[in-house]
Amino acid sequence: MVTQLAPGGLAHEARATAMVFRREMIRFRHDKARALAMLLQPLLFLFVMGTGLSSVVASPGGLDFRTFLFPGVLAMSVLFSAAFAGISLVWDREFGFLREMLVAPVSKASIILGKCLGGAATATAQSIVLLILAGVVGVPYHPWLLFKLLVLLFIGAFMLTAMGVLLSARIKQIQAAMPMSQLIIMPMMFLSGALFPMANLPSWLEVLTKLNPLTYIVQPMRAEIFDHMGVPAAARAAFDPSITWFDWQVPTELQIAVALGFTGVVVAAAVALFSRTD
Amino acid sequence: MSDNKAVRVRGLTKSYGEVEAVRGIDLDVDEGEMFGFLGPNGAGKTTTIKILCTLADATSGSATVAGRDVHTERAEVRRRIGLVFQEPTLDNYLSAEQNLRFHGELYGMPRQLLRERMAEVLEMVGLAERRKDQVMTFSGGMKRRLEIGRGLLHAPRVLFLDEPTIGLDPQTRASIWEYIATLRKTQDITIFVTTHYMEEAEHCDRIAIMNSGEIVVTDTPEALKRSVGADRVQIRTDDDPLAIERLRERFEIEAAVHDGMVTFAVPGGAEFVPRLFARLGLGIDTVTVTRPSLDDVFMAYTGRTIADTEQGDGHRAVFLAMAGRR
Repeated sequence: MVTQLAPGGLAHEARATAMVFRREMIRFRHDKARALAMLLQPLLFLFVMGTGLSSVVASPGGLDFRTFLFPGVLAMSVLFSAAFAGISLVWDREFGFLREMLVAPVSKASIILGKCLGGAATATAQSIVLLILAGVVGVPYHPWLLFKLLVLLFIGAFMLTAMGVLLSARIKQIQAAMPMSQLIIMPMMFLSGALFPMANLPSWLEVLTKLNPLTYIVQPMRAEIFDHMGVPAAARAAFDPSITWFDWQVPTELQIAVALGFTGVVVAAAVALFSRTD
Repeated sequence: MSDNKAVRVRGLTKSYGEVEAVRGIDLDVDEGEMFGFLGPNGAGKTTTIKILCTLADATSGSATVAGRDVHTERAEVRRRIGLVFQEPTLDNYLSAEQNLRFHGELYGMPRQLLRERMAEVLEMVGLAERRKDQVMTFSGGMKRRLEIGRGLLHAPRVLFLDEPTIGLDPQTRASIWEYIATLRKTQDITIFVTTHYMEEAEHCDRIAIMNSGEIVVTDTPEALKRSVGADRVQIRTDDDPLAIERLRERFEIEAAVHDGMVTFAVPGGAEFVPRLFARLGLGIDTVTVTRPSLDDVFMAYTGRTIADTEQGDGHRAVFLAMAGRR
């Protein structure tokens, strides 16, 4: 692998990144139908499943089950569209445009960075529609809280886009792209604590949840919301047992660092795979 | 390192495992030349182009493009070449202008220059009116023109056109070549082109034919056709039997009447015609000189017709018909 900076140096690399980002935005604008369709699923989970389950889930401290579900559903909303943005490189390959990007005199890192930023931004933008509904499920509209949630969502979306990009380095057929991404998205969603509390899980499930990078996005989001609402201790113990490693409470900052670190590894792997020549 | 070769290849090889796709080729393309690169599928053409465009690494040997080493100066080479692939590489969701802008930004063109070049190129490929339209609304020919225009946007020294007219109707093919011809006059550029259409290879200054990983011959289309053999000359005269007799006596040429005309084969037919008029001593009404086509050349050097190479081995009939004609 020969890594070379573009002849124009960093400024040129930044322009390439910005342009790849801009393309994602342009395509997003042309694809409102997909954005809307992708919002439907989290809405179903939040209002249909959430409302339905509220009646059977014992709720210590009178916490609305949907309040618990809210950060999980937010994460879900970026999960799908971000992973799809990343995996769309398979379509770019099929329709030839990937080649146009890969033969340009810029580093693969700049292109992949642009793609991930674009995917993360569009996915986060979609989740804003859900954020607007926060009040309906009892989450306060506090600017600082909303900002922190958006930042976490952006990190999660970036991570998922990068995973999609990494996947598309290996998957060459469009037919395989969607099933493969589902194969990764679904377990990530179910094992992240997004849809059910992590308290009292059987140990095998607990281990898998802690290995799931998405857990380290969902958990901090829920902690932020619960902190802000001053959720009583009993409800907290049932709905938001913080992540522990061998009985050690992982601080929120470290949780976010885990998510960022994982994202970095995925991006590096994707850059390495795309930089290979025959 | 500077010499006036646009492409310079020495002892280039490329192996994929056991398979030797390219077996030690040498190649020189002069600046400003239009160079045709022909060969059957699987001859190693595509592999060679990929190496020249820095998309693949050679197993051994060296290559420079626009004076830069394709292995050690990748980005420098990329900046100096324009690429138009046989399969489309446009984003159908972007407009013509956005596709060009994307290219210019990734090539790091200064913004002011990019604006100017975009306008210039769109004008040149006749898409200025449609610049705001999404590419998905374009016809095949328009897309091809846009791709060629995009390949030229960053003012490359060498333009690689891989099958620029594949899949287009004859009329569009003709207009693309017309466009390439204009390009050669207006731009100071070397063009390296592969094509399956032999009549299109006629446009090239020189042609290299590759077969089984080796370059079997490199020359001008004219010289190649000469090398294959004699031209066919047909004349209509006042007295055919006498013409045949005199051809035998005065030129030592065996002729016969075919299709109502005196027909014979002679090397350099066009040069022969004036001598024929001077020394035959008979009234000649019409003369036709048929040169060997590049199809004949291709078959002579590769043992296959270009049609065979495209359609596999099922088309022996074409081959036999060609062989019978010569």
